[in-house]
Amino acid sequence: MAEEDDELILSELDDEELVQQMHDDLYDGLKEEIEEGVRILLERGWEPYKVLTEALVGGMKIVGDDFRDGILFVPEVLLAANAMKAGMAILKPLLAETGAPKVGKMVIGTVKGDIHDIGKNLVAMMMEGAGFEVIDLGINNPVENYLEALEREEADILGMSALLTTTMPYMKVVIDALVEKGIRDNYIVLVGGAPLNEEFGRAIGADAYCRDAAVAVETAKQFIARKHNQMAAG
Amino acid sequence: MADLLSRLLAERDWILADGATGTNLFNMGLASGEPPELWNTDHPDKVRALYRGWVEVGCDLFLTNSFGSNAARLKLHGAQARARELSRVAAELAREEADRAGRPIVVAGSMGPTGEIMAPMGSLTHEAAVEIFHEQAEGLKEGGADVLWVETISAVEEFRAAAEAARLTGMPWCGTMTFDTAGRTMMGVTPAQLATLVEKLPNPPIAYGANCGVGASDLLRTVLGFVAQGSERPIIAKGNAGIPKYEHGHIHYDGTPELMADYAVLARDCGARIIGGCCGTTPDHLARMREALETTPPGPRPSLEEIAARLGAFSSPGDGSGTDTAQRPERARRRRRG
Repeated sequence: MAEEDDELILSELDDEELVQQMHDDLYDGLKEEIEEGVRILLERGWEPYKVLTEALVGGMKIVGDDFRDGILFVPEVLLAANAMKAGMAILKPLLAETGAPKVGKMVIGTVKGDIHDIGKNLVAMMMEGAGFEVIDLGINNPVENYLEALEREEADILGMSALLTTTMPYMKVVIDALVEKGIRDNYIVLVGGAPLNEEFGRAIGADAYCRDAAVAVETAKQFIARKHNQMAAG
Repeated sequence: MADLLSRLLAERDWILADGATGTNLFNMGLASGEPPELWNTDHPDKVRALYRGWVEVGCDLFLTNSFGSNAARLKLHGAQARARELSRVAAELAREEADRAGRPIVVAGSMGPTGEIMAPMGSLTHEAAVEIFHEQAEGLKEGGADVLWVETISAVEEFRAAAEAARLTGMPWCGTMTFDTAGRTMMGVTPAQLATLVEKLPNPPIAYGANCGVGASDLLRTVLGFVAQGSERPIIAKGNAGIPKYEHGHIHYDGTPELMADYAVLARDCGARIIGGCCGTTPDHLARMREALETTPPGPRPSLEEIAARLGAFSSPGDGSGTDTAQRPERARRRRRG
């Protein structure tokens, strides 16, 4: 590539080129470039929600797909997520002002005994990007944390994550507690984490196992749509 | 005098390691979410029973119940101050059970990951990680472990930190990574990279290899990846007994003792010298693995097709060799800044 081609000025790109470039920059985890791109699109009169979905979420979808396909690994995904987070930080207050559509509310956390939160953080960020409100309980959550947050936040979705074979059964403990209290059907329960699989998710009584953050977003949207249809029908 | 593990490796073609710690302690009543290491002092009888299970079925080496007894992980349970103590007791109990066996058995001091992401990507510095591992290693040494056993690592930085802790402790060590993401570790490390890394360390491990991950087939594919690097260093294969399923109120791994016996023989034929199981592997599995290793004559190195035919399909098309999978696309860089 010739030297002069390397000197590319974001503000000189048209909208379509800029969004493409932002997808590339997200892929490469370039935080400052993402911040600049977000500002330029806003200055051009883009709705914050459109910037979020087309430039950021669209870009993270590519990152997520390549992670799923074994082309990218956790370090690259973390860098991309960091860049996305920087873009989100600019958009968040604006989204609140402009009344961007709220798709639903999710309570998410890593289960008791487990400190792994890479996957959970990615899911949280992708869900936010897709228009969900996310309450992140962090790591090492006992049953009570989940129950209390679900009730307090009037959440639609419960997301649980575990990376260890020794902590994944705890998801069942939480689901059993929901059943016992007679509130299991009030929530869409999604689970994820390296040692899990679809069959495991079903067996412990979750609504779905999500193998990665992109799948989590798609699954959550489907379940929310179904819930709305049911409500409309009922 | 050489350490016990090195002596056994010099005398024998293969060494039988143990199976799972965590998942077996669950079957003994450990509650999910509770740290298994607290049982070293709360229920030493059960930890001993776990150890004895390995001794009775003929394991030559077993791991201490100390996978998570480092300050970073114990912090979750407010027990970070007990890292050294719980590690020491884990090794003491193991030492006693091993010495009672009447044959040489290696007590391997298990050291799992901190669970944190290392700098520059994360916040855990090399120095802090070394300190965390060193404390645990000193405890294991005091308790009488023969060798330190670093396992389930996914990042090169964390592997290096554990190696340095072993050096500071003056202990021989072994190290395995978990290759569970399209043939690589979740941080993207390939089998070839680990094989190269161990030779570059100032204190190389006695043996290195793979543990946990996604099933027996994938693990052997990883072993073939090590072998392809041509290193003479003994290779460790410690795969899960299939994949976890939830049945009748507890976690069950779908790999039968027969499947794991087949896996053990194939692991040896692939070139592994230290062979055992990981999650879901019980003494029943190990008994069959021992029997199969003793009664089956060594065979030629199996092909990937043969491994898949005998143990089940691989979880991903990518084998972590870095040449077969879809590659990171060359993206047209339209801009570079000073």
